Order: sequence, then structure tokens, then C-alpha cells
Amino acid sequence: MTTMTVPERRVTPATAVRNTLTLAWRNLVQIKHNPMELIDLSIQPIMFVLLFAYVFGPAMSGSVAAYLPILIPGIIVQNALFATMTTGVGLNVDVTKGVFDRLRSLPIARTAPLAGRIIADVVRQAWSMAILLAVGMLIGFRIQTSALALIPAFGLLLAFALLLSWASVFIGLSVSEPEKVQVFGFVVIFPLTFLSNAFIPLSNNYPAWIHNIMEYNPVSQIANAIRGLLIGHDVAGHSQPVIGPAINALLWGVAIAAIFIPLSLRAYKRRV
Amino acid sequence: MTYAIQAEGLVKRFGETQALAGVDLTARPGTVLGVLGPNGAGKTTAVRVLATLLKPDAGTALVGGFDVVRDAHRVRQLIGLTGQYAGVDEMLTGTENLILIGRLLGMSRAESRARAAGLLERFDLSDASERAAKTYSGGMRRRLDLAASLVGRPQILFLDEPTTGLDPRSRNGLWDIVRGLIDDGVTVLLTTQYLEEADQLADDIVVIDHGRVIAHGTPDALKTQVGGQILEVRPVTRADEVTVARIVSDLTDALPEVRDGLVSVPIADSSVMPAVVRRLDEAGVLVGELSLRKSSLDEVFFALTGQRTEEDIEPELTTSGASA
Repeated sequence: MTTMTVPERRVTPATAVRNTLTLAWRNLVQIKHNPMELIDLSIQPIMFVLLFAYVFGPAMSGSVAAYLPILIPGIIVQNALFATMTTGVGLNVDVTKGVFDRLRSLPIARTAPLAGRIIADVVRQAWSMAILLAVGMLIGFRIQTSALALIPAFGLLLAFALLLSWASVFIGLSVSEPEKVQVFGFVVIFPLTFLSNAFIPLSNNYPAWIHNIMEYNPVSQIANAIRGLLIGHDVAGHSQPVIGPAINALLWGVAIAAIFIPLSLRAYKRRV
Repeated sequence: MTYAIQAEGLVKRFGETQALAGVDLTARPGTVLGVLGPNGAGKTTAVRVLATLLKPDAGTALVGGFDVVRDAHRVRQLIGLTGQYAGVDEMLTGTENLILIGRLLGMSRAESRARAAGLLERFDLSDASERAAKTYSGGMRRRLDLAASLVGRPQILFLDEPTTGLDPRSRNGLWDIVRGLIDDGVTVLLTTQYLEEADQLADDIVVIDHGRVIAHGTPDALKTQVGGQILEVRPVTRADEVTVARIVSDLTDALPEVRDGLVSVPIADSSVMPAVVRRLDEAGVLVGELSLRKSSLDEVFFALTGQRTEEDIEPELTTSGASA
């Protein structure tokens, strides 16, 4: 005990990055032991695409093929929103199970547990987006612009999901058990995605107030941007702009993050 | 460094609750400090402050010579923490849990893998090393949690109620492990509700109640501090217990405790015994059992806090962060 090596005063940036990647690994390697999560990430999106395409398609657009350009971008957006819940659920489990106490008693970067979680969830997001797209292509969805358009489309979605996931972080750090994060997610995300043009073409048959909600809903904006990038035109054949809706969607995301980042950091400090 | 752990005047308040109301404690290097107290006494809060998880509202604490607030990162390089609820990732295997900690502490892949294998072997978890921790029993989880806190070879170890909820066999196993650590020269701060545990393991004991230290000393010193011996009388007829209590109270000037027909009272001087026998005889009380024994830590605890340490006390919850 007399000759003690003098410990480091603080974490170097290189250590912070390594800590973050280690914790991201930890959040991903879990999937191996939890087949349910793999089902959540793969089977559920596939099921949604098939059900929506073959049940709603003929009624909505006259045929499955005609419906896919509306459905696939929309369902990718919906899936990305639901996937943000994973972040909150995971954080909540860590806090309630004492994993956070353990991590915080270690000489690691303070931000690493949160950053590691978010990076792992971005990987999960990318995975389910790829699955949705692949299933869509199998049943007839075609990218009508260029395969390269996938890069900005994925980038935009990931950025949007990352901004929105702060709401999930806040909920995850605030409620007492993981199930409550899920309930909260469903109560908010279901109405949000259905009051949009994610699954239906906007028409004038809706009362004005619902129409307005649907039009300005961030989900509609991001879905339009993705449609513009992958298909290039809307159902009526008019060209679909990308930049405007993309900026609108990101502005929504930034506004949501601006509210929830300070709230989350406060909850994080209080909770841990 | 005189003390491995040194806290002075620690105060912590959660809203209306005064969790710590000025706690002083010290632990000499290479010894075990037992922190004893009923539920909600402030034990867990004290550990969370010392382990850098909570900032105190007032007071200072040095761990390994470093301030837990100003030099928290340095303190974290010296300590290991095992919480009341096992802080292991249930989705990861035993091996993965330990590799995770090793990697976070800057070990190489090979180094952390070797360290994990060694610890799993030592804690008798080798057979379960490739199973997810969620399949582990309570005792196995505690052992894995303890192993996780030892990956970085800490010089100072905090064990927050490490055996709460364990069966006697697992408890004994954990005690052996703690004894092994002490032999390695590790300083241990152990909180517990079990007096036997403190008696078995601790070199020094601090008794906390309502956020204050109400007694400290070696287990033996505490036992003698609260009266040397206990007189126990069990009347044949349960109805006589009131008479018995009155008689012993008259003769000893102490408040007797009556439980299940057994009257017990601490006495300073065993010469009172003949008088007790005579008075009982005069009162016509038939005595089934009369004995004199050294007081246990249980009595010390009762005398100090007015509370029995019941086995059925609900474990404290750590989730809110606002508990004890």
C-alpha cells in the first residue's frame, strides 16, 4: 500500500473513444444471447412490409406494385422511429439493474455509457433499414433514381433517428421500469406515424385540421424526402423535391433534440 | 497515508430525507470496516458517496488519499464496487461481462480474456462461463458481480450488502472469498444488516442510524461497551413474564426485553444473580430457564438503535438513488 502508482488525473480523448466502442460492442453482442431481439429487429419489419403491402396495397393503390413506392419509404421511417425506443429501454435496464453504477465506478469517460448505447443503436437501425429495403425489393420495390441515392437516404434517416432518440433517452432515464418506456413509445409513435403520409397518399378527403397535422408531421416530411431520393416523383407523377422536406424533418429533429438533450443530461446526472 | 478510507462530516439530503447527517468514518489500510445499521440508516448512501457515484452536500472523503469529488477519476482507478443488486449485464455471458470490464480498464483483448478466465475459475464459475448471466442463480450472480469488481485489482473494495438474500451456504462461500481478499492486502468496506457477518469479517465496526454514526470500535469493544453479560429468565408459566420483567428491572436498573416468554436484560455485574433467584422465589414464580451469557452484537445493536435486526426486513431499493 505504501508505494502506490499515481493514477491518471483524467480520461484522454483516445481513451474516451475506446471506452465508447467497447460499450457499443457490449450492446451489440447482447443480441447473440437474446434471439427475441433478433426477431424484433428482423422478423417484425418483414412481417409489417408483407402485411401492409398485400392487405392495404390493392385497396389503397389498386395493386401491390403501385402501393410499394408509398409504403416502403414510409415503413422504413416508422421502423426507425420504433427503433429509437431501444435506446431508452436499454438505458433504463442498465440503470435499474445496477449496471450503470458499476460503469460509473470505473475510471472511464463519463459520456461513454450513453455514447456507446447510441452508436450500437445506430448499427441496429442500419440493420433493420437494410432488411426492410431488401424485402421491399424482393416483392417489387424499385429504386427509380440511382443506387447511390441510398447513401444520402440512409444518412438522413440515421441523423433523424439520432436526433429523435434523445426523447427516448429522456424517457428511459426518467421512468422506473423498461416496460413503461415501451408503453410511452407506442402511445406517441403509433399516432405520430399514422397521422402522416407514411402509409397513405395525402388527399383532400380529410378534415382540414387532420390534413394539416398530416402534412406538417415530421414523419411525412422525412418520408417525402426519402421518396424523393429513391423514387424521384410522387404518386401522381409530379417530381418530389428532397431538400425542402429534408430540411423540415431535420429542423423538427433539432427542435426535439434541443428540448430533450438538456432534460436527458439533467436526468442522467440525477439518476446516476 | 494513514487511512485507506477517511470521511468527515458527510451530509447528503434527498428532498425531505436526510440520508447522511454528518458521517465520520475511517478504515486502516488492509483491514475490513463493517458498516452496520438498520434499513434506511444511510449505509448505501455512504458507500455511493465514497465510490464517487454521489456528490455529498457537505463534508469531505478521501479514498486512497484522493478526494472523492475533486479527484473522482483517480479514486475510480483504485476502487472496486459490488452493489446490493448485482451490477452485471444479464444478457452477456460471465466471460463477456468480465472481458467488458477488462477492456474498459484498458487491458488488451488477450489480457482481459486471461483475467476473466482466472477470476471465473477462482469464483467457481468456470462451468457457467459461456452462459448468459440471466441464467445464473442469486449466489452465482453475486460471485460474478464480485469478480467484476476485482478485474482491475482494486486496492480498496466496497461491498454493499454482499450477502443480502443469499442462502447460508452461499453466504459462507462469499465470506471465504472476502477473507482471501484481506489476505491479499485489500482494504474492504462492507455494509451489512447481519451482525454475524460484521462479527465474522470486520476489524472495526461503525454503527449508523438515521444518517449518523452512533457507535464505533472493534466488535469486542462494542460488546463490552453495552454491558458485559445478558441475564435470561424463562418462567414456566408465560403469564409470569410480567412479574419476572418487573423483578429484573428493579434489580438491574435496566429495561428488560420480553420476547416469546423469555425475559432478557443486560447486566453489568453477575453478583445480582442470587438476588434475582431469591426475589423470583419470594414471588412464587416457577423458573424454567435461567442463564447468564456474554452479550452478542445483536444486543449491542438493539441497545444502540432500539431495533432488532430482523431477517425479514425488506432489502433496501437502490433504483431511485434516493434510498438509504
